[in-house]
Formats: sequence, C-alpha cells, structure tokens
Amino acid sequence: MRREAPQKLTDYAPLAFPAIMLTVFFVIPFGTMIAVSFFQRQQGGFYTPAFVLSNYERFASLFFANVLGFSLTLAVLVAICCVAIGVPFTYLLTRMSRRAQIVWMVALLSVLSLSEVIIGFAWSTLFSRTAGITNLLVALGLMQKAVALSPGFPAVLTAMVYQALPYTILVLYPALVRLDPTLTEAARTLGASPLRAFFTVVVPALRATILATLIMVFIFALGSYLLPQILGRPQHWTLSVLITDQAIYQSNMPFAAAMAVFLVLVTLALVTLTLFAGRKREAAA
Amino acid sequence: MTKILNSPISRRAVLGGTAAAIGALSMPSILRAQDRSLKVGVYGGYFKDSFDKNIFPDFTAATGIAVESIAEPTGEAWLVQLEQAAKAGVAPADVSMMSQVAMLKGQSTDLWAPIDTSKIKNYDGLLGQFVNKYPDGRVAGIGAVAWYITLVTNTDVYPEAPDSWAALWDPANADKLGLLALVSNSFLLEVTAKTFMGGTGALDTEEGLNKAFEKLAEVKPNVRLWYRDEAQFEQALKSGEIPMGQYYHDVTGLAAADGHPVRSTFPKEGGIQDSGCWALSRASGKVEEAHVFIDYMSQPAIQATLSRKVGTAPTLKRDLLDLTAEEFASVSSDIDPIIPRYDLYQTKSDWLNQKWTEMIVG
Repeated sequence: MRREAPQKLTDYAPLAFPAIMLTVFFVIPFGTMIAVSFFQRQQGGFYTPAFVLSNYERFASLFFANVLGFSLTLAVLVAICCVAIGVPFTYLLTRMSRRAQIVWMVALLSVLSLSEVIIGFAWSTLFSRTAGITNLLVALGLMQKAVALSPGFPAVLTAMVYQALPYTILVLYPALVRLDPTLTEAARTLGASPLRAFFTVVVPALRATILATLIMVFIFALGSYLLPQILGRPQHWTLSVLITDQAIYQSNMPFAAAMAVFLVLVTLALVTLTLFAGRKREAAA
Repeated sequence: MTKILNSPISRRAVLGGTAAAIGALSMPSILRAQDRSLKVGVYGGYFKDSFDKNIFPDFTAATGIAVESIAEPTGEAWLVQLEQAAKAGVAPADVSMMSQVAMLKGQSTDLWAPIDTSKIKNYDGLLGQFVNKYPDGRVAGIGAVAWYITLVTNTDVYPEAPDSWAALWDPANADKLGLLALVSNSFLLEVTAKTFMGGTGALDTEEGLNKAFEKLAEVKPNVRLWYRDEAQFEQALKSGEIPMGQYYHDVTGLAAADGHPVRSTFPKEGGIQDSGCWALSRASGKVEEAHVFIDYMSQPAIQATLSRKVGTAPTLKRDLLDLTAEEFASVSSDIDPIIPRYDLYQTKSDWLNQKWTEMIVG
C-alpha cells in the first residue's frame, strides 16, 4: 500500500485531535509559564503582568549554576545506572518463559503504582540507623553497629534509580523482545562467549534504543523533587526543589517560572546535542 | 505551577459550582436547605483530626451548619491555591486557618473578605495580637489558635531536658538536629537574635540580620535534617533517629501523651509563638455562615476545649477562661515568648530567602 500525500484540506483532519491536545495540554501551559517568567514579582504579595528580565537576572549566579550543575549530573547518573542495570536485566528477562516474564512484569508494574512519597519514606526507613538494613548486617555479624545511611548522596541516587528502573525496563522490553535471536546464535556458533556476544552483538544492535532510554530516564530524573528532599542534605537538593520552594512556599511564581523555563531550555539543548552526536556517529559508522 | 493548575481541589470546586448552579435553577427550595454548610480549611494531620473529632460535630449540633473540613498543607501552598482559585471566582474553602505571614500576603491582594466584628460577640475579649487588620482598619482575620514552636528532644537519648536554645549550637549535638527548612517558618533568625543578640529588635538593620545569619551558620554541622514536611521529622524524633530539634509544642505533647519518648521544652529564652487566623476568602458565598463559625470558635468555652483537646494556646484573655494553671501550662508558658518578625517576611522576603538558601545549601 502506497501512502499518498494529502490532497485536500480534509485529509489533514486526523491531525486535528493530537494538535488540539498538544495545544491545550502543552503549548498553552508552557506559554503561560514563559509569560509569567517575565512578570514583575510583588514582594510580600503575588505578581503583576509586565515585561522584566529581573527573574532571569537573579537566576544568573554562581549559586544557581552549581545547583543546576548538580541536578544535571544527578539525572545523568540515574540514567546511566538505570540503563546499566536495565539492559542486561531486560535481555535476560526476554529469554525467560512467557509465564516467568508475566510474573516479572506484574511485579515491575506494581512498583509504578507507588507514589514518590511512599518510595521516599520507605527508603528513609531502610536507610535509618534505628530500623534500617544495617541492623540486618549487624545481626549477621558483618558490621559492628548500625549506622544511618541517609541523608546522603548514595541514598538519593539509590531511591531515584529504584523509581526510574521500571520505566527503563518497560521502554527497553519491546526492542529486546523483537531482537532476532539468530544474531546471538550466530555469534555463539562463531565461538563468542555469551558475555562477549551480549556486548559485541546485542548492545550495538540496540544503540538507538539505549540512547532513547537514556534520554527518557534523564528527563524523568530531572523533575524529581521529593526524593532529594527526603533522602538528601541541602547540598543534594535539585533545582526542582528550589523551584518548588519559590512557587509554593515563597509564592514567587515569576522566579519559579524563570527557573523552570531555563531548566527546560537546558534539557532540550542537551537532548538535541545527544541526538545529534548519535546521528553523526551512525553516519560515520 | 502545573501542580496548582491541575489541583484536584479547584477542579472539584468548579464541578461542584456548576452542579450547584444547575440545582439552583431547578430546585431553589431544596438547595437552601442543603446550603447550610461551610468548607473549613484546617492544617492537615493531628490538627484536622482533632478538630473533626472535638470541635466540628458540636458546632454542627449547635448551629445546624454542616462542616466539610479540608486538609490544608502548611506554609504558603494553601495561600497560593486560594489566591489562584479566587481569581477564577471559586473558593476551595470558605474559611481557612492562615498563618500571619500568609495573612499579610493575602492582604496585599485583598484576598480576605472583611469581617463584621459586630457579629463576633467576644470580639472585645480577644488578645490584641489575634485581630489581624488591613492597613485601613478593616478586620482581615480573627485569631483561631496560637501555638508554640519549642525545643524538642527524644527522652531516651536525652534523659535531661535542655534549658536553652543554645543547645542547638552545642558541638556535642553534631548531626543530631532536625530544623525547619524555610526562613519564614523556622523563625531561627529570631531565635538567634533573642539567644545571642539581646532580642529580635537586633534584626531591624541589615547589619543585624547579617550577624544573625553568621551566628546561625554555626549550627549547620549539627543539622541532620532540614525538613519541610512535618511527618518526616516527627517520625525521626519518635524513633530517636534525629533526637533533637524544633517542633510544635502541641503536636509533641499529643505524641508524648500517646506514649512516645518525646518531650517539648520551653527554653529560658522563650518558645516561638506563632498563630493562625480564621480568614474568609473573598470568593466565598458563605459570608453569613462564616461569621457564625468565627463567632462560635471565639467563645471562651470553645477556646478552653481547644486548649484541652487540641493543645493550642487560647486567643482570648486568660481571665475569661476556666483553664486550671496546669492546663494552661500544658499549652502555653509564662516565659516571655519569641514573637516572629512577620514584617520582615513581608518587606524583605526575597532577600532573606536567598540568603537563607545560600546559607543552608552552600
């Protein structure tokens, strides 16, 4: 079947629904946010419509650059950890029996039903000195006395990886299921070990999927604001935490909007760069 | 921002408003019978549970007005929601319990409907600090409850109660404190000024504020948790995970009564006295019911019940109340309290917030 180019105006009709949804749920809210980011903050009140750059000027400081840098680094680390765990896991999952796959999938989906608050509090209990996992290690004789593992950077990273991993696996699963098993069989026949076959055949064949997954997890992790608060110290607070502080606690919508717009722009730039680099490498190969 | 726009409360209020409008067209008489209701915003958690149990059923029995209580988040989240909703002409709650800083901020946009004091029988019995007025003299809010933020400790970890806020600075307490994360709800600048600088008047000048920030920065190594969410610290305090900090006197008292190893101490410099007002959103159509409610809540008997059952300090003059000395001591103290400098959070809020965030994050 050959797809014909649209001839009449009505041929574009199927586009209308997604276009309206995108406008209503993305373009309008985002446009409002951009507009608010230029409004004049009324200290001790709310804001008045205006066109001022002061909100962006306040953001342009070493302090906020450091917070932004930390947020991006954290999101990149979460993405890398998730993919490093998710790819081998999903690969092994697709080799299992259909029954076992269903059980695993249900278990993973059930993690998605947990809210960020529950995940945060559960991990803060697991990492606590009084009731945490170190008590188990003490009971097993592996540690002298129980210690608190939270607040701290490893605690934040662990919980965020825990939260994002099910998404990672759900995104990777379709591509890995469709992966032609004869590829690895051929590699094995030619004498490659399973590990070698995985890294030299499976991973390169999935390069595009892995890149897309990295980007998705990165963006997902960038929006996290509860876990860094519950499990981290102030220096582990992400830009999203400070945006929440401004919007909710200081009622400074213009400044919060300016920070959010900046965060979106930086994210878009990074994603574009990654995609561009990926395409270039593919063209070179 | 998106959280507020997508807030289920405002959406439900819009749907409810539409349903009510349709009802008004078809069955006006039945609507009036059901109309004797009031949505009241109360801080979520212990506070809301106590009001639901001890106060609201009696109010409905006495006045025939049904109360739908709504759990508000503390801080200014609720103010932002009320403000956004009022712009759209809806009120997620008719009457809300609002903090003093939130009252001042709401005043700047005329969010609060003026209260007719002739309808409040005990108006003259209210303590001065519990009548919140617009600059032109209109009454924006009437004291609802007052509470203290005090020095709290886990009794298992600290057999002896500390007697001064200076304990927060003690190097022996390294990594043991839980403090509120925002400059405008922790009031730690005032604590610093009262403890080390002779009083909160020292914060009048920028120089004084800078000095207070410098002194306060010395506390940082002792702080394990800067909390926004009360449940987070309360849990850790009960278990002894974070054995010392600042917390609400009333809630700590209730937790101790439940058998948890916690105590609240009024340091010799005084507890931090904060208070909340009942305020009526200008978008509310229940002006009449709201006045009945505020009048009811300002009765000596109800204020005494609040002190006994909820653990809050009364808003009326002490001689109007029948509280025993012991009952009074459990909710308040004779030690001169630290009164927060609300004016600073109005006039210098951005500067204070920036300085504060840089101090605790940096």
